[in-house]
Amino acid sequence: MGNTAEVQAKYDELKGYIAETVKKPGPLMPIMQKAQEIFGSLPFDVQKFISEEMQIPMTDIYGVATFYSQFALEPKGKHVIGVCMGTACYVKKAEGILNALGDELQTAPGGTTPDSLFTLEATRCLGCCGLAPVIMIDDQVYGRLKPEDIPGIIGLYRNKQ
Amino acid sequence: MDFYRAHVLVCGGTGCTSSGSAELIERFEKDIAEKGLDKEVKIVRTGCFGLCEAGPIVIVYPEGAFYSRVKVEDVDEIVEEHLLKGRIVERLLHKEDKEEDVATTLDDIEFYKKQNRVALRNCGVIDPEVIDEYIAFDGYKALGTCLTEKTPQEVIDVIKASGLRGRGGGGFPTGVKWQFGHDAKGDQKYVICNADEGDPGAFMDRSVLEGDPHSVIEAMSIAGYAIGANMGYVYVRAEYPIAVKRLQIAIDQAREYGLLGEGIFGTDFKFDIEIRLGAGAFVCGEETALMESIEGHRGEPRPKPPFPANKGLFGKPTIINNVETLANIPQIILKGAEWFGSMGTEKSKGTKVFALGGKINNTGLVEIPMGTTLREVIYDIGGGIPDGKKFKAAQTGGPSGGCIPAEHLDLKIDYDTLTSIGSMMGSGGLIVMDEDNCMVDVAKFFLDFTVDESCGKCPPCRIGTKRMLEILQRITDGKGKPGDIEKLIELGESIKAGALCGLGKTAPNPVLSTIKYFRDEYEAHIYDKRCPAGHCQQLLVYEIIPSKCIGCGMCARVCPADAITGEKKQPHHIDPDKCIKCGACIEKCKFDAIKR
Repeated sequence: MGNTAEVQAKYDELKGYIAETVKKPGPLMPIMQKAQEIFGSLPFDVQKFISEEMQIPMTDIYGVATFYSQFALEPKGKHVIGVCMGTACYVKKAEGILNALGDELQTAPGGTTPDSLFTLEATRCLGCCGLAPVIMIDDQVYGRLKPEDIPGIIGLYRNKQ
Repeated sequence: MDFYRAHVLVCGGTGCTSSGSAELIERFEKDIAEKGLDKEVKIVRTGCFGLCEAGPIVIVYPEGAFYSRVKVEDVDEIVEEHLLKGRIVERLLHKEDKEEDVATTLDDIEFYKKQNRVALRNCGVIDPEVIDEYIAFDGYKALGTCLTEKTPQEVIDVIKASGLRGRGGGGFPTGVKWQFGHDAKGDQKYVICNADEGDPGAFMDRSVLEGDPHSVIEAMSIAGYAIGANMGYVYVRAEYPIAVKRLQIAIDQAREYGLLGEGIFGTDFKFDIEIRLGAGAFVCGEETALMESIEGHRGEPRPKPPFPANKGLFGKPTIINNVETLANIPQIILKGAEWFGSMGTEKSKGTKVFALGGKINNTGLVEIPMGTTLREVIYDIGGGIPDGKKFKAAQTGGPSGGCIPAEHLDLKIDYDTLTSIGSMMGSGGLIVMDEDNCMVDVAKFFLDFTVDESCGKCPPCRIGTKRMLEILQRITDGKGKPGDIEKLIELGESIKAGALCGLGKTAPNPVLSTIKYFRDEYEAHIYDKRCPAGHCQQLLVYEIIPSKCIGCGMCARVCPADAITGEKKQPHHIDPDKCIKCGACIEKCKFDAIKR
């Protein structure tokens, strides 16, 4: 997780956010979302830190972290690829897109590539049903896809490095 | 204020943005600056026009020229010809597949002719990031009218008289809900906007938030005034980053204009709104689970009663409305309950937004009066099924709904007719399926979804749906047994009766309705080990047609299981015991000599 000073700065940032948010009603979800934004995931140490700062039992934090699919206990890749598995995409063969991504990245859905560049996920409906089938890489949506489009799109992100 | 002789509206909805509309805007701005037109022509990034299929969409006013599938390289021509010389670029006007008619303006396009946009009225018309544009279209006028001319009870009476029902799926009368909230005793009350649009195949709430966020803010303030709440929450999916961003901009602008905060319109009414993000749990679209989530807990539903109107968020009286429901409110206040009630059917008033998707030509968002027939939606507005395929069924209501077969195409769509045939309105996703879709597989798809999203609190949903999925899996694998259909029905009915919340109570619907209308497909899977739609891999049999096979040997070379044999230049043969049904041979065969 980088050097100690960097990590300390992250904890300080989270501590500051907790201090300003904790007085609001129902602060836990925003705090955990912020923590994930800062650290990239919610490892045990970060959950413990939130528990201590907020004076909330660790079981509650862990319960929330494991209930919602967007909280990750393990770090994700630099780019998160979500393949929409909503109804419109499903009937337009989203499975083929998911398989093409699996082949291209050599990882199964839920997995991260060994170079930590990509995490592949099968997601819920992304709400772009008009462009089915779609994938979302980070915040960018790609629509009307065919399996043969996949290597080109992944190439864009590989070349950015 | 500056005056422009022409406005170029570029769709900035998620659909068109991913089709490249952001680059179009950049190019337009660059081009008009170079031509010195930047004082005469204004570029506006709007919300969704609805016709996502033909995106990115550009409309140029005052002519109203409707350009579709515009590419960056087309921009120069629009600027040069249309904006500089005043000649509409015919080549880029929207063309409809059917009659090869070229439509000049939006009103000429079949897709829009039968629509009546109330909730979506500003989507694609105004710049959602500029509050002045919303105000110019009568924005915040309804809030002003309520605060200065109506008592809270009078506001509630208007909504009750309009007959508006909840657009999130349940269809509960909105005015009655507000009355409960109004009558509940409490020093602190809340208004929640449910924007946790989780039904796969529905994206109208997203489009309203992206295209007209102020209408939601205004309606929440009106609701706050009506029930006596001074705080509102919008619970929105984190999967919708553009919607979240525009909503936050809108809230900030409303605060700046004094339309949120203290002393609104010079009265002593105060109201503020905060955004809360979901974290990927479908069950949080259920109102009590959503409240648990805002409070910082696992999103598990609570038993009802007590209902949220009496004991909701943080134990306080709370009303919770869906985005599309709220988007109707300001118009009802401005134009009156009678106007709203003049649209729709006897028990379902007004319009409903549907998200058309799946096997249909014009995919996108449509808003139609309640009581429009499914046939009009699919053939007149949606442009029919692509590739000349046959309509098989339309699925409404997502994982809570059911399939509507061809025999009900002339059904007038409203809350009650859909329920009567075993489906439901749901949030308005409408997915069209053609002859290639296997209905058993579709039912399995939805069950797979509900099993995954079941929160696990009540056993009927947690265990029951899992058992149903196992049976469906078995059937599609060709291992179905006599009695499976009856078992599915029995399980389904028990889950409907016993589950705690709406998710569980409606989860069996996709299975029960496909059994009702497509029982023959289930039977074909179970008894004949055959998938009539040719979809279920395990049930396919690959065969070579000897008269078409020239014996080139391509198929034998790609077969990973060495199941294909034959002499060179002689028809080959597939050994069904070795075949793993991967389909590689069909893809390689240039002579269409392999069938399944």
